[in-house]
Amino acid sequence: MSTENTKNSLFTPFNIIAGVILAAGIVVTIMRFTMGLGAVTNLSDNNPWGLWIGFDLLCGVALAAGGYTTSAACYIFGFKRFHAAVRPAILTAFLGYALVVFALGYDVGRPWRLPYPIFYSQGTTSVLFEVGLCVFIYLTVLFIEYLPAALEWLGGFDKYRTVLIKVTMGLTILGVILSTLHQSSLGALYLIVPSKLHPLWYTPYLPVMFFMSSMFAGLSMVVFEGTLSHRYFHDKMDDDYNANYMDLQFAFAKGAAWIMSGYLAMKLIGLAMDNRWHYLFTGFGAWWLFEVVGFVVLPCYCYAVGYRDRNIGLVRIAAPWTVIGIILNRFDVSLVAFNWKLPSALRYFPSVSEIIISLFVVTVGVLAFRFIVTRMPIFYAHPAYKDSSH
Amino acid sequence: MKRRHFLGLLGAAGVTLTTGTKAKASDAADVAGLPNAFGVLFDASRCIGCRKCEAACNTVNELPKPDKPFDDLTVLDTERRTTATAYTVVDKYTPKAGENPVFRKIQCNHCMEPACASACFVKALKKTETGAVVYDASLCVGCRYCMVACPFNIPAYEYNKALTPRVMKCTMCYPRIKEGKLPGCVEACPKEALQFGRRRDLLNIAWDRITANTDKYVSHVYGEHEMGGTSWLYIAPKPSFAALGMDEHLGTTPAPELTAGALTAVPAVVGIWPVLLTGLYAVSKRKDRIAEEEKKAAVEAAIAKASAEAEAKLAEELTKAEVAGKRRIEVEVKKALEAAAKTSEGGEDA
Ligand code: SF4
Ligand code: SF4
Ligand code: SF4
Repeated sequence: MSTENTKNSLFTPFNIIAGVILAAGIVVTIMRFTMGLGAVTNLSDNNPWGLWIGFDLLCGVALAAGGYTTSAACYIFGFKRFHAAVRPAILTAFLGYALVVFALGYDVGRPWRLPYPIFYSQGTTSVLFEVGLCVFIYLTVLFIEYLPAALEWLGGFDKYRTVLIKVTMGLTILGVILSTLHQSSLGALYLIVPSKLHPLWYTPYLPVMFFMSSMFAGLSMVVFEGTLSHRYFHDKMDDDYNANYMDLQFAFAKGAAWIMSGYLAMKLIGLAMDNRWHYLFTGFGAWWLFEVVGFVVLPCYCYAVGYRDRNIGLVRIAAPWTVIGIILNRFDVSLVAFNWKLPSALRYFPSVSEIIISLFVVTVGVLAFRFIVTRMPIFYAHPAYKDSSH
Repeated sequence: MKRRHFLGLLGAAGVTLTTGTKAKASDAADVAGLPNAFGVLFDASRCIGCRKCEAACNTVNELPKPDKPFDDLTVLDTERRTTATAYTVVDKYTPKAGENPVFRKIQCNHCMEPACASACFVKALKKTETGAVVYDASLCVGCRYCMVACPFNIPAYEYNKALTPRVMKCTMCYPRIKEGKLPGCVEACPKEALQFGRRRDLLNIAWDRITANTDKYVSHVYGEHEMGGTSWLYIAPKPSFAALGMDEHLGTTPAPELTAGALTAVPAVVGIWPVLLTGLYAVSKRKDRIAEEEKKAAVEAAIAKASAEAEAKLAEELTKAEVAGKRRIEVEVKKALEAAAKTSEGGEDA
């Protein structure tokens, strides 16, 4: 499919859809920067954060967690056999974070001031400051981690490449620290609004919840993305990648199942500690159960059985299911359960333009991913550097 | 117990901060933080919903004129909130059908420990020594986290400005208090429903009024403790503050405390992780080394085996090569001989 897309015909269904989304995205972009946020979004004074924060930022960062989970597993916990999975995971994380920043450029009022909190006026009491700082540093780290692949592709930068490879271990540790910090601080953003977030979602454990869920989100994304890549970029993959591919899927399934059950336990402990059971019998309670049973308990069970029976099909179903569950959870915290006391007429629902920009961002990501994996040594070791351990 | 006294509306001399503090134990945060901060007391039982404060606010802050004039009271029939062009609004509430309506003026409450300021990641919002929480548009990135964070839904945003949107909210007329003037809205109120003064004095006034009329007032000063206390204080006629559309369940925890835990975890995580991870790495390294040694042994064995095979093969190749070489030499010699023979024949011809 990849060769067909890049060489034979430009007018594949995928390219046509992508083209339409890109065109629509450019139109909305122009509107956003000439007429203001009000012209393209349904944001209001009561709902200052909408789809762009709920999806592009919260989900974007959670789903890019595959980068730190995989590299931690490989380099720090010593699962060397997953080495082949590191590059795709790092690439996905790098693109994910780059797109988060790109999407923020639409949402914040004066995007050219995004460096302000880091270089000009530090609001250190703000959780958002911590998020910004971590995203900034981590994006840099991911870029450096990704760079060797680009340099191998360009060729002739052996000296730099060797230096970069040498610092990888340090960077990976840094990456894991940064991820731990800001995955949880995205949840901590909402600690400041106990009066606005529904009690079923508001808990002092929000940071821990976000961190734990980012771990299984990351693992699921690696499995899911691996499945897709396997289908579409199979010709790019070398034997090393393919030989360890199944092992990796099962190991990650097992990890995800464990973490998800821990997460579930935390959710229940949270309810019990604050004695919030009675909320379960309300409309929001039904929705909470839908999220927790439908998108944590069931996929977790799927993963566990899939792992036990070595049933790859089940694992492959559980992965996208969990990913949807994460998206649902982030939407619930940032949009559905947020402002729950407001009368429904004042509640928020995204506009078409907001949806277009979110699709636009995802499409740019997929295109960039495709561009890179069809050219650079991501799924295979570069022939010239076959023996090097990175 | 006449230990409370009335400072009245503070005029030109108001800004000189006096040192004599006499406060109730309950406003400890106030005393510790900004002992002389100003505030405004709003008495809902005095407000008649005339919207004069809205008009004054509009004038002193040079905001655009609204669609309907300020003396149009039909505006009160719909519930409103502050917007980018209205720092304050007055809403009408009818607790029970048939009863007289009550009014509430809404604006920034100038929290003692503002959620908005603690949420701002560029310090564009800050609590000043006067008690006012002010905003600096030259720093603002426009992330709108302040709006998310404010428990009173106060800050508004200029959504229709493409490149220079600002966060808009009541400033407690900071520039005017600095000049010794009263806030515009306070000055304009014909019913003294608004009263400007030092916060600690206002609290005393508020409680005095409540104790003098226990039948009339709810026995609570809204803003004394809510979210750690606010500079703007409210007293209201019975039955409740909820009847005035106010959230009675905000709790008393100041907003910065809500996130402090998460933020103090940062240094801990930064400190512990590298140690932990390096440790884990060392363990995995050791495992690796053992594995490496085993692998090396295996590789050596393999190489030994392989090299034996290789030698045999090489010898074979060499013999083959030799044969081939010999053949080639033979051919060349033969060619040379033939050529030589030809030349000698030709020589004879010539
Ligand atoms: S009321 Fe809202 S905007 Fe005003 S100081 Fe408090 S948190 Fe900030
Ligand atoms: S919108 Fe401006 S003032 Fe509000 S938190 Fe963001 S940077 Fe600070
Ligand atoms: S204090 Fe000033 S800015 Fe605030 S509502 Fe009154 S007039 Fe408006």
